[in-house]
Amino acid sequence: MSGPRTRAGGTSTMRDGFHVLGVAIRREPWVFTWSTLGSVLFGALTVADAWVLGWATERFVLPAFRTGELDPGIALAVLALFLGVALLRAVGIVARRLGAGIMQYRMQAHYRRAVTRKYLELPLEWHQRHPTGQLLSNANADVEAAWAPIAPLPMAIGTVAMMVIAIAQMLLTDLVMALAGLVVFPLVLVANVVFQRIQSPLMTRAQALRAELSEIAHESFDGAMVVKTLGREAEETDRFAHKAAELRDVAVRAGRVRAAFDPVLEALPNLAVLVVLALGVQRVLDGDAVAGDVVTIAYLLTIVAFPIRSLGWLLGEFPRSVVGYDRVTSVIAETGQMTYGDATLAGHAPGRAASLALEEVGYAYPGSEPLLRGVSFEVPAGRSVALVGPTAAGKSTLTALLVRAVDPDTGRVLVDGTDLRTLAHGDLARHVALVSQSTFLFDDTVRGNVALDEDLDDEEVWAALRAAQAEEFVRALPDGLEARLGERGTTLSGGQRQRLALARALVRRPRLMILDDATSAVDPEVEGRILAALRDAAGPGADPPTVLTVAYRKATIALADEVVHLAEGRVVDRGTHAELLARSPAYARLVNAYEDEGMEP
Amino acid sequence: MSSDTSATSLDSGEQIPAWQTVKLGMAISPELKQGLAGTVALAVLATLGRIVVPVAVQQTLDRGLTAPGGPDVPFTVQMALLAAVAVVVTGGASYLMTSRLFRTAETGLASLRVKAFRHVHDLPLLTQSTERRGALVARVTSDVDQVSQFLIFGGVIAIVSIGQITVATVVMLVYSWQLTLVVWLCFAPLFLSLRFFQQRLSAAYGVVRQQVGTLLAAVAEPVVGAAVVKAYAVEDRTQRRIDEAIDRHRAASIRAQGLTAFSFSLGGVSAGLANAGVLIVGVWAGLAGDVSIGVVLAFAFLVTLFVGPVQMGTQVLTDAQNAVAGWRRVIGILQTPADVTDPGEAGTPLPERPVDITFDHVGFAYPGGPPVLHDVHLEVRAGTRLAVVGETGSGKSTLAKLLTRLMDPSRGRVLLDGIDLREVPFASLRRRVVLVPQEGFLFDDDLAANLRYGRLDATDADLAAAAAELDLSDWLAGLPRGLRTRVGQRGESLSAGERQLVALVRAQLADPDLLVLDEATSAVDPELEMRIGRALERLMSGRTSVTIAHRLTTAENADEVLVVDRGEVVQRGSHAALVAEGGAYGRLHASWVAQQGRGPAAD
Repeated sequence: MSGPRTRAGGTSTMRDGFHVLGVAIRREPWVFTWSTLGSVLFGALTVADAWVLGWATERFVLPAFRTGELDPGIALAVLALFLGVALLRAVGIVARRLGAGIMQYRMQAHYRRAVTRKYLELPLEWHQRHPTGQLLSNANADVEAAWAPIAPLPMAIGTVAMMVIAIAQMLLTDLVMALAGLVVFPLVLVANVVFQRIQSPLMTRAQALRAELSEIAHESFDGAMVVKTLGREAEETDRFAHKAAELRDVAVRAGRVRAAFDPVLEALPNLAVLVVLALGVQRVLDGDAVAGDVVTIAYLLTIVAFPIRSLGWLLGEFPRSVVGYDRVTSVIAETGQMTYGDATLAGHAPGRAASLALEEVGYAYPGSEPLLRGVSFEVPAGRSVALVGPTAAGKSTLTALLVRAVDPDTGRVLVDGTDLRTLAHGDLARHVALVSQSTFLFDDTVRGNVALDEDLDDEEVWAALRAAQAEEFVRALPDGLEARLGERGTTLSGGQRQRLALARALVRRPRLMILDDATSAVDPEVEGRILAALRDAAGPGADPPTVLTVAYRKATIALADEVVHLAEGRVVDRGTHAELLARSPAYARLVNAYEDEGMEP
Repeated sequence: MSSDTSATSLDSGEQIPAWQTVKLGMAISPELKQGLAGTVALAVLATLGRIVVPVAVQQTLDRGLTAPGGPDVPFTVQMALLAAVAVVVTGGASYLMTSRLFRTAETGLASLRVKAFRHVHDLPLLTQSTERRGALVARVTSDVDQVSQFLIFGGVIAIVSIGQITVATVVMLVYSWQLTLVVWLCFAPLFLSLRFFQQRLSAAYGVVRQQVGTLLAAVAEPVVGAAVVKAYAVEDRTQRRIDEAIDRHRAASIRAQGLTAFSFSLGGVSAGLANAGVLIVGVWAGLAGDVSIGVVLAFAFLVTLFVGPVQMGTQVLTDAQNAVAGWRRVIGILQTPADVTDPGEAGTPLPERPVDITFDHVGFAYPGGPPVLHDVHLEVRAGTRLAVVGETGSGKSTLAKLLTRLMDPSRGRVLLDGIDLREVPFASLRRRVVLVPQEGFLFDDDLAANLRYGRLDATDADLAAAAAELDLSDWLAGLPRGLRTRVGQRGESLSAGERQLVALVRAQLADPDLLVLDEATSAVDPELEMRIGRALERLMSGRTSVTIAHRLTTAENADEVLVVDRGEVVQRGSHAALVAEGGAYGRLHASWVAQQGRGPAAD
C-alpha cells in the first residue's frame, strides 16, 4: 500500500526531508551546483552591498562633507561598485531561481514518468485494488509535494552562506556591536521554526479540506439529477456550506498565526538595529568605532534578517515532502508486473479465425470469495458463442481473463492452443479484441481513439466506423476524424461511445472478438446492423472472426452458434439456444423473462 | 474549447471589465467590505512601522553621532527607545490588520462559494449535459481559492507595497526633494516596465495552466483507461503521450520561472543605481548645503523600501489578473439566470391526489439548437399508466424532463391538474412528482443514507418496508451489511442494476402522485427486470405514471402508449390497437419481436 509510514517525530522528519533533498541533488547535481552558486553569489553580493555602503560612507560621503570637496574619481568608483554589485547580484538571482525551477520541474518530470511507467506495467488486478483518485494523486499532488522543498533550497543554502559572510564581516567591523546584533539571528531562526511547526499542520489540514470540498462539489454536481428530482438542493447546499465553513475556520486560524509571526519576524532585526545604534553611539564616543561601522552593521542586520525566512520555508515543506515522496516511491517499488513469454500466434495465417479454450479456470478478487470456479469450455475457430448468465455471475471477469488483463488463479486460458501467459507482450492484442460494457475514450481525436498505435489510412478508419454504425455521427462532427474527444472535447452519448469502441476493435481485424454487453446503449435496430456488419468486417477473402459475446438480448444470443450458461461462477450448461431452452428451466427463466411476462400472442 | 456542443451556455463572465468584477464581487459578498476602513487604517499604521527604523538611523546619525560637539548619548538612547516602542506598536497593528483581512476575506469568500454552489444546482446545465462538470467544480473551489489567495496575500502585499512606497516617498520629500527625484528616476523605468513583464508572465503562466490540463488528462489515461490500454497493448503509445505532456509541462513551467526570475532580479539593479545616485547627488547637494550627511545615509535605507514592492510588483499584478479572472468566472455563474425558477410561496401547490397531465402545444429546443419537440398537445387522465416509446433521439427524455420541470418548454405550457408547472412551488412539485432517471446516482455513504434521499425522515424499518413493497427484500438481505453497506464513490461498489434498484426504492419512499420512469430498469437482467416490473405495477397503482422504455414489455402493460418520432407524437392508443395500426409502433414492435428471437409470425 502507498500509505505514509508513521514517523517518530520532528527530528526524523527533518532527517528524511534532507534525505529526499539528497536524492534530488544526486539526480541533478549540475543544476543544483549552479543554482547554489548563484545563490551564494547573491548572498555574498548582498553583504558586499552593505560593505560598499560602509566604504562609500567612510571614503566618499564623510570626507566630502569634511573637506567640502567632491572627488570625481571616487564618485565614479562608488557608482561602478554599486552598479557592479547590483548587476552581479541580478545574475545570481536569475541563476538561483531559474536553477531551482529547472531542478524542481525536472525532478517532477522524472518521477511522473517513473510512476506512470509503473502504472502501465502493473497488472489490472493491481489497479482494481487501488482507488483511482489515489493513483491520480500519487502521480500529481504527491510528486509535486515531494519536490516542493527544491524551490527554497538554493535560497536557503545561499542564506547560510550569506549569514556566515555577514557574521564574519560584522565581527571584523566591530566585535561588541556585532555580538549585540547577532543575538537576532538565532532568535529569528527559532521564531521561524516555531512558526512552521504551528503553521504546517494547519496548512495540511486546509489542503485536505480543500480536497474534501472539491469532492463534495464533484459528487453533488454528478448527482444533480437525483438532487433535483428529489428536491434535495437545500440539504446538498448545507453539506457543502458545512465543509466550506470548516475550511474557512482553518484558514482564518492559519491567518492569525501568520499575522502574529510576521510582525515578530520583522521587528526582531529592527529592534537589533536600534540596540546597535544605542551601543554604537557610545562606541563612537569612546573612539572604539567610527560612524561607518555603525552604518555597516545596522545595514547588514536589516538585509540578512529577511532571507533567514527561507530556512523556515525549507523546513516547513519537509513534512509534506516526506509523505509525498514515500507515497511516490512506494508505487515505484511495487512489483508483480505480468511476465510475458516469447511465443507468438504469428504462425497462424492472418484472416483465419482463432480458437479459444478455457481449462479449469478459477479466479477470486483479492480478499473475496472465488468468483469463477473450474470454468472450462472451448470455442472452435470461426464459431460464435454467447455467454449468458444473471447479473454478477462473473461474465465480465471472464472476459478480462480472455485478453489477459488479469491472470487466472488456477487453470489456463488458451488461444490457438497457446497458453496466454507464454505469449510475448503485445502479441495477444494483435489477434484478440475486447469491447467492454463501459468505454474509455482517450483525450485524443476520433482517429487517435480508433487507430491507437496503428498506422492507418482514412479509408480503413472510415470502414471500421461504418461497420460499427458510427460513420454517420462522426461525419456530422465539425472536424470529422480529427474532432477531439474526451474531457475537453466533444461529448458523445453512451451509444456513440460504444460504437467508437467497436470501431476500435474492428479496425484491427481481430481473429477473436470478445463483446461484453458492448451494444447495451444502442437501439435494438442499430445493434442488429452492427452484429450483421461484424460478420463482414473481416475483410475480403478472410474468415469472420471467432466471437464470444456476453448478452441478454435474444437476438444477440440467437446469432451465436452455441450458448454457454454461466451461473455462480460455473458453467452450468452448454448447447444451442434451443437445447438449453428445452432442458434448463433456469436458462429459460432468464432469457424468456419478457415473454413470460405476457406478450400475448 | 468549443462551446457549440454544450447544451446551454454558462455565463463565462469574460466580458465583465476588471473594476466592474471587483465591484460586483463586493456587492455579492458584502462581508468583504465590513471593517475595510479599519483594516486600511491599520495597514497604513503597519506600513509606518517600516519607516521608523530608517528615520531613527538618520536622526541618530545626524543628531546623535555627528552632532556638533560630539555624539549625544542620551538623545540616541531616547531615539532608540522611542523607535522601539513604535516598532512594537506597528507590529501590533500589522497583526490586527492581517488577521482581520484573513477573517473578512475567508468569510466573504466562503459565502460566495456557497451561493455559487447553490446556484449551480438551480441551473438546468447539470441535468442537461454531463460535460464540463469539472469546470463547474473548479468555479466553486479553485477559482474562489485564487480570489482568496489574492485578497489576502496579494492584497496585503499590494496595500503594504503601495503604502511603503508612498510613505517612503513622503519621508524622502521631507528630507530632500532632489534626492527623492534621483530615486524615482532610477526606479521609474522599472515601474513603467511592470506592465510589460506582467503581460509576458501572464501569457507564460497561461501556457503552464494549459499544459497542466493536458498533463492531468495524459496521466489519467493509464489509470482510468487501464483496461483498454492493456487489452490493446498500447502501453508504448500511452507512455509516449504521457512523456510528451510531461515534457511540455516542464518546458512551459521552466520558461515561466525564467521570466519571473528575470523580472524579479531587476529590482536590485535599480536599487544599486539609486544608492549610487543618492550618495553622489547627495554629497554634491550636501556641499551646496542642501542636505545633511544623515539624510544622505537615511536614503540608503529608504531606497531598500522600494526594492520589495518592485520585485513583487509583477507577481502581484499577475496574481491580481488571475484572481479577477477567477472572480469573474464565479460571478459568471451567479449571473447565469436560473431559467427554471421556484415561484415559492406565491405559487399554487398541487393537490394531494393523482394528477391529470396536459401538454398544451409544447415545443422545446436547446438554446441555439434545432427543435427537439414540436407542438406536442395531449391530455392524460389522472391514474393513467402511460408508456412512451420511440427511437433514440426522438424526444422521449425531453418529455420526461419537461414533465418534472427540470426544464421549461420553449413554447406552450405543461399543466398538472390544470396548474401550469411554472406556478407550482418546488416544495410541492418535488414531493408530488418524482422522476426515476436511468442513472441511479449514489452518494459515497451507506445504503440507508442513499435510500433516505427519497424521504429524509424515513426510519430503517420504513426503508426495509419500501424495499419489500418492491419485492427487493432478498436483494437487501443478500448485501454484505444490509442497509449499512457502503456504496463507494458514485455507488461504484454496486452494479449498475443495483443502483437502479436504489433509485426505485427512493421513489417508493417519496410516495409521489405522478411517477416518471426514464429507462429506470435498463441495466438489470431480464428476469430481475420483470420481477421489479410486477412490483412497479403496485407502485404505480393509484397514481399517474409515465414510463419511458425501449423494452416494449412495458408498453404492453400500460393503459396507453404514446409513440414519439422526431419530436412529435405520431401515435397514441393501447398496445394492441397500435400493433394493429402498424406505423412507427408496428416497426418498433416488429424489431423488438425479432430481437426477442420469436419471429414476427409468432404474434
